[in-house]
Amino acid sequence: MSGNLLREGLDSVRATMRRDRVFDFMLPADNPRLDISHNTLLYLEDVSVSFDGFRAINNLNLYIDDGELRCIIGPNGAGKTTMMDIITGKTRPDSGTVYFGQRINLLKLSEPEIARAGIGRKFQKPTVFENLSVMENLELAMAGEKGVWRTFRARLDAAANERIDEVLELIGLVSERRRSAGVLSHGQKQWLEIGMLLMQRPRLLLVDEPVAGMTHQEMDRTAELLTSLAGDHSVVVVEHDMEFVRSIARKVTVLHQGSVLAEGSMDEVQNDPKVVEVYLGGD
Amino acid sequence: MILELLKNDRGGRNLLSVLAIVAILVPVCNLLIPADNPLHISTYSVTLMGKYLTYALLAVAVDLVWGYLGILSLGHGAFFALGGYAMGMYLMRQIGDRGVYGNPELPDFMVFLNWQELPWFWQGFDQFWFAALMVLLIPGVVAFGFGWFAFRSRVTGVYLSIITQALTYAFMLAFYRNEMGFGGNNGLTDFKDLLGFSLQSDTMRVALFVASALALAVGYLACRAITTSRLGRVAVAIRDAEARARFIGYRVEEVKLWIFAFSALLAGVAGALYVPQVGIINPNEFSPLASIEMVIWVAVGGRATLYGAVVGAVLVNYAKTVFTGVMPEAWLFALGGLFVLVTLFLPQGIVGLLKRKEASA
Repeated sequence: MSGNLLREGLDSVRATMRRDRVFDFMLPADNPRLDISHNTLLYLEDVSVSFDGFRAINNLNLYIDDGELRCIIGPNGAGKTTMMDIITGKTRPDSGTVYFGQRINLLKLSEPEIARAGIGRKFQKPTVFENLSVMENLELAMAGEKGVWRTFRARLDAAANERIDEVLELIGLVSERRRSAGVLSHGQKQWLEIGMLLMQRPRLLLVDEPVAGMTHQEMDRTAELLTSLAGDHSVVVVEHDMEFVRSIARKVTVLHQGSVLAEGSMDEVQNDPKVVEVYLGGD
Repeated sequence: MILELLKNDRGGRNLLSVLAIVAILVPVCNLLIPADNPLHISTYSVTLMGKYLTYALLAVAVDLVWGYLGILSLGHGAFFALGGYAMGMYLMRQIGDRGVYGNPELPDFMVFLNWQELPWFWQGFDQFWFAALMVLLIPGVVAFGFGWFAFRSRVTGVYLSIITQALTYAFMLAFYRNEMGFGGNNGLTDFKDLLGFSLQSDTMRVALFVASALALAVGYLACRAITTSRLGRVAVAIRDAEARARFIGYRVEEVKLWIFAFSALLAGVAGALYVPQVGIINPNEFSPLASIEMVIWVAVGGRATLYGAVVGAVLVNYAKTVFTGVMPEAWLFALGGLFVLVTLFLPQGIVGLLKRKEASA
């Protein structure tokens, strides 16, 4: 009896005195600089999350390289949006680790901190600030100090103006710069939103269904835009439209029931029997 | 600096020009032109206009948080009244031994309640600078504390409106109690002097009027400085898509908190200028109805223009003065009807109507 008690006591002492955990307070502070010396920008390892018993993400492992363009496909409910939510801090996983570069532990950062660390997300439904002009939308999205007083005193300097012009050029909205964002077409709003992400100079862009509801012309333009962004940024695109994915994808990840089912080039993935069974075969 | 603020703001330029003209003409017409001359403006009218100007400043404060930040505050009357009470306390102390009971230390109502000494929170209010500081500080700090809890817990929309209403209602109930030490339901009144000058004199009335005009002009420019800055654009962004603004990296809670507190501070100044002109402050100023009226002024004038709030406040209050003279029992119906009509047919208010006319002409 007392032996049991002793062992329990010892265990608990061991647990608190684990050699890798003692002096936790002496570990370097969190939120260090982004370190991508191993050329991998984002690590998701053994991530699981469930909502009311439903496992939306199940032991997911995903690695995104620096500068790559990755497409993520999967049937409805595969956990694509939940995965984005976890990366951006909106949802906290039940277990697993999420690292941005070698050092930044995303699970310890709040949503705005993650955004500042260099992860930008474009939501499914375009939300731009409709009552502000295209330029003002970009201005607000600009990286930099965002405290109340600094924002009050902020003026657009030459470098900022240059950056805005650069992004306007990139997203093809130069002639719309003074129009209010509310009157833009659906496709233009999507581009503006991507432009707003770019103003924050993110290392990683998460793009959720960018071409939903777009015309073919707009799709082509978007494909061009996204491929031109890869290289300087890592871009992760979640998309349903297979034709669009084929037009931009270099590497495709198929999600199914919250974990990775297959990964590779579009052709490889398409010929993978598992994928054919659960996803493409379903059509 | 000021010119830069008004560069693209015709309404604001007109407003400030009118204010400047009025601030010069009214004193001249009241003090220099004899009473039998048709151009003479009676002291009664001067005080009435001064009251409208304090309401206008209050409306600007409401418009700043409602029009630009999307916070429909149904409790701005609380900040107005707190500023008013701070000023009222100073005016009470100025009475000195000229009260009914002739007590040099204690205001009449305290003598009546058999209090022996001045409560601690009345200390210092015999000094004008202290009272003036409290006029700014108390509404600002109350708003800051309120906003701290409300905005951090991400209460928005109609829920926030209801809580602001509860805030002012709670203040009203508290101030009705005699034990609070603010004169209970009678409030503070029988004021005699301000800075040693009699409140009844024409010069004092005119001075208060000019001070109100000045406060309105400064308050307008300050709000304009906020709304034309990047902070103002962030406010609009928060109003239209709060989650998005947060996602871009702005601390939405802090932006709301500071602008809300600043607006409360403006409302406090308006209250402090209001009290010496009407000669009384009582807990009715805290009533939720009063705060709802303020929102109607802004809605009638036109949201998110600032000068529209001024137009709305002056027009609605002028109508109220006329109406309550002719048929007082119908005023609330008229006010309610006005609100419904404006909401249905003039979502941009009077200012919006004028803009539309201009655009089509």
